[in-house]
Amino acid sequence: MASVFADFRRVLDVRGRTLQAIRRFFADRNFLEVETPVRIPAPALEPHIDAEPSGDRFLRTSPELHMKRLLAQGLDRIFQMGPCFRRNERGRLHRPEFALLEWYRRGADYLDMLVDAKALIGFVFETVLGRTAIVYNGTPIEVMPVWERRTVEEMFRAHAGWNPLTSCDDARFSLDLVEKVEPALPRDRPAVLKDYPIRAAALARCRPGPPPAAERWELYIGGLELAGAFSELTDHAEQRARFEACARARAAAGRAVYPLDEAFLSALEQGLPPCGGAALGVDRLVMLLAGCSDIGEARPGAD
Amino acid sequence: MYSASDLRKGLKIEIDGAPYVITDFNFVKPGKGAAIYTCKLKNLATGATMTRAYRNNDKVDQPQLTEKRLHYSYCNGADYVFLDENFEEIVIAGDVMGDSKRFMVENISVDVLFHNGRPIEVTLPNFVEKAIVYTEPGVRGDTATNVLKPAKVEGGYELQVPLFINQGDTIKIDTRTGEYVDRVSVRK
Repeated sequence: MASVFADFRRVLDVRGRTLQAIRRFFADRNFLEVETPVRIPAPALEPHIDAEPSGDRFLRTSPELHMKRLLAQGLDRIFQMGPCFRRNERGRLHRPEFALLEWYRRGADYLDMLVDAKALIGFVFETVLGRTAIVYNGTPIEVMPVWERRTVEEMFRAHAGWNPLTSCDDARFSLDLVEKVEPALPRDRPAVLKDYPIRAAALARCRPGPPPAAERWELYIGGLELAGAFSELTDHAEQRARFEACARARAAAGRAVYPLDEAFLSALEQGLPPCGGAALGVDRLVMLLAGCSDIGEARPGAD
Repeated sequence: MYSASDLRKGLKIEIDGAPYVITDFNFVKPGKGAAIYTCKLKNLATGATMTRAYRNNDKVDQPQLTEKRLHYSYCNGADYVFLDENFEEIVIAGDVMGDSKRFMVENISVDVLFHNGRPIEVTLPNFVEKAIVYTEPGVRGDTATNVLKPAKVEGGYELQVPLFINQGDTIKIDTRTGEYVDRVSVRK
């Protein structure tokens, strides 16, 4: 009993110091901490993310649209940490309620956000643990060597035998990503997967082809998908078209269809400056720092 | 038919006509991607293991499984003959019996799992009683249970027993571990 309590307290201590370190990192870099609504009328339309209804509204699946509205109003460096909700997501790395960090930077693209992410990870590990080497699930990991970047195209060609940038079969993409590509990423250091099929990045800017790709990366540490970022899409007509296509696809698949966030779309129309945005799973970061193999252990006191 | 969201640890499913049990299960979802259900599976007939991933819309077959309580009657070469509640004989091949063979005792009840009418798995009671057919003579007065010696029971199974056990004694064996539990009766 005593040791269970000791562990409960130890994880809470790591978690608390992680939150403090994240706040200090952004405060030191002149990012403004913002709070946007948790109950919202129009969650972002994504092909595979379902929102939890809450009365006549929905619990946010991410704070993305509201934070971009703040950028459109003239803020240039903002971050937010708080709970987000995704319906029916429960597994060793998933909970229907989880803590998400998002930050946005005016004038940045997705690779600038990767520089931020690396500085943040290094700072948090040094502040919380006093070192950047850990052993996670039995594997020694150094988190601050050169972060290898691999494109989705090269990894899929090498390990799954096809190129999702030229012919994207949505369901097969996720299956091969989980079964073939992610296991081939290095485990003893961070790995970055970048340049995604456009269908897999509803809110990202595309770089011209051939073949065109969405400017998006995902960061993996110790087999955990820890963070992701976009060069944000700022073209309102393109964004509306993608939301509408997604709404049709969701309806066809029998999934709930959410109203378009017209306030967000008109903010884009007024002018969202070029910017980068990144999201990081705080619970998963705590898993690495406290040595938890199930995300539930990183959320003491939660269900 | 099951849908992918029905999958969970312990569920029995059918793949290409073979029955499997899910021994490990996880829900994964790459960022912005579709839900994937990863399963570790054990073939109930052969014991072979494999992994398989399912997508949201995948359908999974449900096996026709029934369980019957049978009573062991006798051994006929490589075959084991049981009686069901109607005293009908049911023959189970030695390779399906697996390790259970070692612990068969006349009249014990076992639970047998059938897939499409074919026996695939035999579950023994947790404990069986067997007589010792050979062991070195015991040391009089030595009741220590932590010093062990080899012994052979009826049917040929060999295990370690305490020094005070003698040939002809009946002992209780845990069928899950194959280990000695207790002495039931002393040779008259």
